[in-house]
Amino acid sequence: MNPPGSNGSGRNAIEVRDLRKRFEAQQVLNGVNLDCPRKQITTVVGPSGCGKTVLLKHLNLLLRPDAGTILIDGIDVTKLRSRGLDQVREKFGMLFQAGALFDSMSVFDNVAFPLVEKTNLSPQEIAKKVNEKLAAVGLEGMGHKFPSEISGGMQKRAALARALIREPEILMLDEPTTGLDPTRTGSIHALIRHTQQRFGLSAVMVSHDVPQVFEISDRVAFMHDGKIRLYGTVSEVMAADDEVFMRFLAGRATEEAGAAAGGR
Amino acid sequence: MSRISDTIALLGALVIEGLVALGRFMLFLVNAGIYVFTPPYKPRLTIRQIRIIGADSLFLVVLIAAFTGMVLGLQGYVTLSKFGSESALGTVVSLTLVRELGPVLAALMVTARAGSAMAAEIGSMQVTEQIDALTVMAINPVQYLVSPRLLAGVISFPLLTTIFDVVGILGGYVIGVGLMHGPSAAYFNGIQDNLVAHDIVSGLYKALVFGLVITWVCCYKGYHAARMAVGISRATTEAVVLSSVLVLVWDYLLTSILL
Repeated sequence: MNPPGSNGSGRNAIEVRDLRKRFEAQQVLNGVNLDCPRKQITTVVGPSGCGKTVLLKHLNLLLRPDAGTILIDGIDVTKLRSRGLDQVREKFGMLFQAGALFDSMSVFDNVAFPLVEKTNLSPQEIAKKVNEKLAAVGLEGMGHKFPSEISGGMQKRAALARALIREPEILMLDEPTTGLDPTRTGSIHALIRHTQQRFGLSAVMVSHDVPQVFEISDRVAFMHDGKIRLYGTVSEVMAADDEVFMRFLAGRATEEAGAAAGGR
Repeated sequence: MSRISDTIALLGALVIEGLVALGRFMLFLVNAGIYVFTPPYKPRLTIRQIRIIGADSLFLVVLIAAFTGMVLGLQGYVTLSKFGSESALGTVVSLTLVRELGPVLAALMVTARAGSAMAAEIGSMQVTEQIDALTVMAINPVQYLVSPRLLAGVISFPLLTTIFDVVGILGGYVIGVGLMHGPSAAYFNGIQDNLVAHDIVSGLYKALVFGLVITWVCCYKGYHAARMAVGISRATTEAVVLSSVLVLVWDYLLTSILL
């Protein structure tokens, strides 16, 4: 439940050690340590502005750290250049906050896109795989629609299908339930858990949906002021009785109650 | 004393900031240019952009060219007839169009139509993380989005300019000869005698440079759109204004070189 120290890399899909990143005057990541065990869901939670999205952008190789290491499958990705980075990128799928579907393409073409661009599969094989994945996320028969014609929840499902299409080992999720109502949040969470177990994925997720997201998390990391303050299984983190974490949980609760009262 | 050093520091910071921005702008072009010649080649993407920049702009270019030619025919005829030199109308209209108005007006029209759309489309892809999504899929976004547009711009602009010139010359004929009853044979004979290959080539050079500058600016502005509500609209406005200004600046520079 304390921030992890160094241990064997075989168990973990991702290991982050002493990661630091500064944007101009602001030290956003201030020595982050994090382990994401294989075939489990690791969820990073924390107040907005704590650096959790920046952390994820380091894991998916969109940003380079000032210092520290990131091991993905035992490879230190902070040392890699363009071609090496592309090879590591093949290992993971990413679900962006708003889906990031290409709005000039139909849902089918969006899901097929990574296969069309990066493989030599025939159109029939691609169609078969795409339809399989669309069915897996509950979107069978919706392939011909455009992203603007479907609901936010469906967009996230389509984006998840796209993230899974090349059968990655690691799935990264950036606030997958932002902008969804509680019912849809629950069903997206269930879908993420189901998919993770079905395909045996190692998943790392950034979320603000506490405490609902704990139901599907194997490991929880609480991020505060650019560091992982608490780390462990859900029960370990809840039992830690950390004042800042409790205030964060309570704060979320008050915020939501306030929003609900304001909505009436 | 400290006020003076503060002012100097501020000036220095502004200069450095400007140079950094200019450097990033130049590197963007170099990068996109290199990826035009780097496999995997995507002719399908380039052809689609030629359709959007070129073919879809055709109606607008023909319309503007016809009216430009017509007004040149009218003004030219009225002015020339004061000196009794109506027979020079064909020469005046064709040289004005081919050397100057054709490349510039076609470029400004395509900026307004295709350039703004380009900046807005790439800008919205930046703001909604679609460009990040490309990167994460191990697809280089500059190669996928910018290089095909750059190539399509360089191919489309000279073609559009040629069409502009031809339609404009016919427009001048319709008014100068058809409406004002100027001498018909003199119109085309004048063009044949006085319009030389150098005029045509220098006009096409201009179109080529404008095509490059406009797609470069519009892609750059869209690509660097800020991730906030006004990000896309600001990028689009800046793209159109900067493209238009650069077209006129480059027009002067190229004219002084090519003359």
